[in-house]
Amino acid sequence: MSNKKKKKWWQKLIGEKMTNSGWLSFFIFGLGQLKNKQKGKALILFAFQFAYVFIEVITSKLVKGVIPNQPEYWGYGFFRKGIHGFITLGETTGGRFRDNSPVMMIEGIMVFVLILIYIVIWKMNIKDANDTNLSIQRTGIVQSSKAFFAERFETGFAYIVSTPALLLLLFVSIVPILFAFLIAFTNYDAYHNPPSDLIDWVGFANFFKVIKLAGWRTTFAGVASWTVIWAILSTMTTFFGGLLLAVVINSKRVVLKKMWRTIMILPWAIPGMISLLVFRNFFNQTYGPLNAMLGMDIPWLNDPIMVKVTLVIINFWLGVPYFMMLMTGILTSFDKTLYEAATVDGANSRQTFWSITFPILSAQVFPLLIMSFAGNFNNFGIVFFLTGGGPRNLAYEYAGHSDILITWIYNMTKDFKMYNMASVMSIIIFLIIGGISTWNFLRSDAFKEDN
Amino acid sequence: MNKIPKKNKKKLSPIDRVKDIFAYFSTYLLLLILTVAILYPVMWILGSAFNEGTSLASASAIPKNPTLNNFVKLFKETDYEKWYLNTLTIAIANMVVSVLIVGTMGYVFARLKFAGKRVGLLVILILQMFPSFMGMIAIYVLFLNFGLLNQPLALVIIYSAGQIPYNTWLIKGYLKNVPISLDEAAQIDGATKLQTYTKVILPVMFPILTFVAVTQFMAPWFDYILPSFLITSTEKKTLAVGLYELINGQANTNFTMFAAGSVLVAVPVAILYLFLQKYLIEGLSAGANKG
Repeated sequence: MSNKKKKKWWQKLIGEKMTNSGWLSFFIFGLGQLKNKQKGKALILFAFQFAYVFIEVITSKLVKGVIPNQPEYWGYGFFRKGIHGFITLGETTGGRFRDNSPVMMIEGIMVFVLILIYIVIWKMNIKDANDTNLSIQRTGIVQSSKAFFAERFETGFAYIVSTPALLLLLFVSIVPILFAFLIAFTNYDAYHNPPSDLIDWVGFANFFKVIKLAGWRTTFAGVASWTVIWAILSTMTTFFGGLLLAVVINSKRVVLKKMWRTIMILPWAIPGMISLLVFRNFFNQTYGPLNAMLGMDIPWLNDPIMVKVTLVIINFWLGVPYFMMLMTGILTSFDKTLYEAATVDGANSRQTFWSITFPILSAQVFPLLIMSFAGNFNNFGIVFFLTGGGPRNLAYEYAGHSDILITWIYNMTKDFKMYNMASVMSIIIFLIIGGISTWNFLRSDAFKEDN
Repeated sequence: MNKIPKKNKKKLSPIDRVKDIFAYFSTYLLLLILTVAILYPVMWILGSAFNEGTSLASASAIPKNPTLNNFVKLFKETDYEKWYLNTLTIAIANMVVSVLIVGTMGYVFARLKFAGKRVGLLVILILQMFPSFMGMIAIYVLFLNFGLLNQPLALVIIYSAGQIPYNTWLIKGYLKNVPISLDEAAQIDGATKLQTYTKVILPVMFPILTFVAVTQFMAPWFDYILPSFLITSTEKKTLAVGLYELINGQANTNFTMFAAGSVLVAVPVAILYLFLQKYLIEGLSAGANKG
């Protein structure tokens, strides 16, 4: 610790004291372990390194010069080709040597991830060779590989059992998300259609588009502000609706509490997608039963303003039961003495509610409100199944009047192939929701405890 | 009515009495209005399933001549049976895989101390903030390269991976209320971590794992986005995609058939949810508290 400042960069990377075994493992995985007379461990580590080298060599050998006149980089091994492809995103287009840019990009990301794993194992391999060597020098006892693995299974239990889950997350969540992030810095859109066209890196150009181009700016401002209004309105209406309902059913005036509660939670029990598809037809202007029943011709889902009101109403129908159930749970767990004290002091029921019930409820429910806000911000289903974003808005790029950011992204991805702009919007959503959620998390008990 | 004066121990003035009657009246009026608002759409879709005609306009809550034609047509003219079976397979596989993975992850992150734990927790926290289809293009390309496209069971890979972050936090939160002395006692008796997990913690986790199992079983039934991207042929579709395509833009020819299809899946689900409501709500609020 005293010579902390003199530490060289490689010492930081691989450990403070390098033994001979350490240096052997530095160059060839497992060689140091072999010198330490731990054959099993040595074999496994060597096999790991061999696999990487083997893949690189064999993939290069298989394709190199197989087809006459092929571009030189086609003959690169798996890892080199991956990195090369990631940087260039393809060079030839058309004909038999055409490059597929998105595929090259994903392969590149995977190569980077695999190399990262390689480096981690390499580091562990050197550290292990050093530690074992030092321990042998001190004690003269060589631990057998078998004993080592038995011990490691216990000390490294956390890592070993979570490896499958982490690998799954890595390739199904992290790699795709990295890819989606990086797309924002390319020109992968409707006008560049791989594999017949190539994609290129364009830096921050897409981000500037949102600020500079009038069409994109209007759409973004419009859609984003509606998204925020929507998230606030839908959260507040369902929260206060649920609270009101919980308090009302809880009050002494109401008989048959259980029956009322069961009716009120019915919307929660019905699958959301089914309810939404049903409501889409229920609120149909021309043929729907609601207008028929009312004898009116209200454009529930066809008018730019009305559609927003309808969405909030339907969300109320869907969302109130959840909050009602939560509040009922909290209300029944309340400390009764608080009320008694308040009544003794002469408080009426309204005063007790606003100065006792409400503050306690809000404190308990606040994290839930934040989560609900985040959920509504990204409530894809309600807009997609009810309106599909409609009615159309000619001033918008690829969005309708009722579209929120998330459905706009979906439209751009699925129907219009504007992958780069969709990706830009995803990053913006991530920053907003990620910021709010992280803030919510940092002030929670869970985080403080793990500090 | 006469309960109120007893409680307040004061004689109510006429104005208070009117107020009280008004309170009763408005309470029950509110409950009645909400009941109608909730039950009417439900009755309407139930009724529609038994209607004679096919169109939206002809559908009514109380069918004039109730018929089972729509159900017969649903099985004859569409692949409903196959959709149902596909979804059921995916749902069961997803439930099993998820419970296995998440139980272990929850235990590891709740109970064990190891380097990189906080980073790991933060990473999975951030991961769960991404909309599920954000990486869809990449997943599409990956699936294409590995030959997994149009294979319903491959969806399980994504479903089970996607729920790891949320459920890990959920179980971590649940285990916080389980005394750590349980683990310590087992370890003093010489149990390894694996034994502590399988013999001590796993039985304790049973309620929360049931919650995970139910939610994971339900997820594929109503997920539209993922299968709509990754499944292309009709007979391999899942129920959500099938139902959506049945009704989207064709409300006038298929509406009652769609109603029949919806009823067949929504009724069992609703019954299950009502039956397990106490359980599910506990799980939901535990997930929200995260700790």
